[in-house]
Amino acid sequence: MTDAAGTNPAWALLAPVVLGLLALAAAALNGILVARAEGRTLRSGAAAPVFEVARLMRQRRRTTVAADVLLWRIGCSGLVVVALLKTAVIPVGPWVLADIPVAIVWFNAMDVMVWAVVWLIGWGANSAYSLIGGYRFLAQAVSYELPLMFALVTPAVAAHSLRVSDVIAAQQELWFIVWMPVAFVVFCLSVVAFSSWGPFATAASGDIAGGILTEVSGVDRLLILAGRYALLTTGAAFAVALFLGGGAGPLLPDWLWTLVKTLLLLAAFVVVRHRLPEVRPDRLAEVAWMIVLPVVLLQTLIVSIVVAVRG
Amino acid sequence: MLSTIVFSVLAVIALASGIAVFRVDSMARATYALAVSFVAVGALLLMFDLDYIGVITILMMVMEMAIMAIYMIMFMGMNPALMPMSMVHNKRWSAILAVGTFLLLAGGALLVPWPARSGSPATDLTASLGEAIMGSKMLVMLTVSPILFATIVAALVLANPRGRYDRWGDDLQRARPDDPQQGGLGK
Repeated sequence: MTDAAGTNPAWALLAPVVLGLLALAAAALNGILVARAEGRTLRSGAAAPVFEVARLMRQRRRTTVAADVLLWRIGCSGLVVVALLKTAVIPVGPWVLADIPVAIVWFNAMDVMVWAVVWLIGWGANSAYSLIGGYRFLAQAVSYELPLMFALVTPAVAAHSLRVSDVIAAQQELWFIVWMPVAFVVFCLSVVAFSSWGPFATAASGDIAGGILTEVSGVDRLLILAGRYALLTTGAAFAVALFLGGGAGPLLPDWLWTLVKTLLLLAAFVVVRHRLPEVRPDRLAEVAWMIVLPVVLLQTLIVSIVVAVRG
Repeated sequence: MLSTIVFSVLAVIALASGIAVFRVDSMARATYALAVSFVAVGALLLMFDLDYIGVITILMMVMEMAIMAIYMIMFMGMNPALMPMSMVHNKRWSAILAVGTFLLLAGGALLVPWPARSGSPATDLTASLGEAIMGSKMLVMLTVSPILFATIVAALVLANPRGRYDRWGDDLQRARPDDPQQGGLGK
């Protein structure tokens, strides 16, 4: 399945480290924003994720009555695994683990995995609020998934390929964000949504005592929180490859541009959390199906016509 | 050699989790055991270089099982889905049917004289699959999709407890929809 070109065994070890560092940077930025809002020093906010990791690593697991431990553990560790599997198809400059011909479908399949994983987190604890959180996520998922699929399809149509390296190559003259902005925005919002983040974090929100996070503690909680940041990171990196020309840019090398763009987009995702209110899944459903889906379909149609006319 | 091992492991996972579907006593475990089984089958398809079909199988089956988890807990009467329960009913006939089907398919796979490959696979299997579906089979697709779509719409109309006439009035003239819970567009 793997193509020899651009595949370097060392990258297999380095990619998770890069993913972890970017996720940590996102968590630090979030900590800074929280600290600023609470009037604490920014440095304490930036260090908060590190302390939180240390705290959770040492915390003893909380247990609940009649928990479905097997499914719960699978769910809790799942988000990080999904993010790592997504990383496999994301190119950073010349390096990519698997430049497979169906990489875009792979990315899509992995974000569907998040459906199962989040529901399992909610189910496993045998706690009402957790389960409600899991269901909230699925209710939200049926709203964002179809727009996300069409947002993913649009660059593939323009590049005549589901391979990410082809999509990047097709943007040499013009970045896809320029002539498919709707698909870009929908993709970014979907990334925020499948990461259960910011306006789309109702699955874990305070009105249901933390939802899917109600009963998780210790390492489980750490894996879930880290998994959310990792999903945001992979989403940002994939958006860079699909819409922002991958590593294209003056002076700096490819890989550095990819990282810079990913960091900027990731920062935007993190900031969104502190700027927008949460959207209830039942409200989101109507908006997503009545407005967003037709609009993104129209975007795909326009791109298809342009591609067909240009030949 | 390596591919034989990988194939065997995936096949065992697919079979074992398929069996687990009927052995476990929880709806959630049964659902996700089935999902694991399908994911293993999807991975087997990847081994045949059927990238697109393999990945799409994984995608669709996981999504399907997640949705199934919603419905089964929503619609099971008295909500036994949240309690331990048996995953089998009509045991004797289902066992006979299952064993019979297995023997038929496995016997077929082993006894049919498979033809030798003539020609070579296309370089881009995803593209040739698209051409096969959208080219010579286009008429079938064009016939099947409206029927499928009509079935979905009809099922929704039958199942929907509150349609647009309930929401927007008998002549659809109401300014604001009458919803039990407010939210969504224009409210």
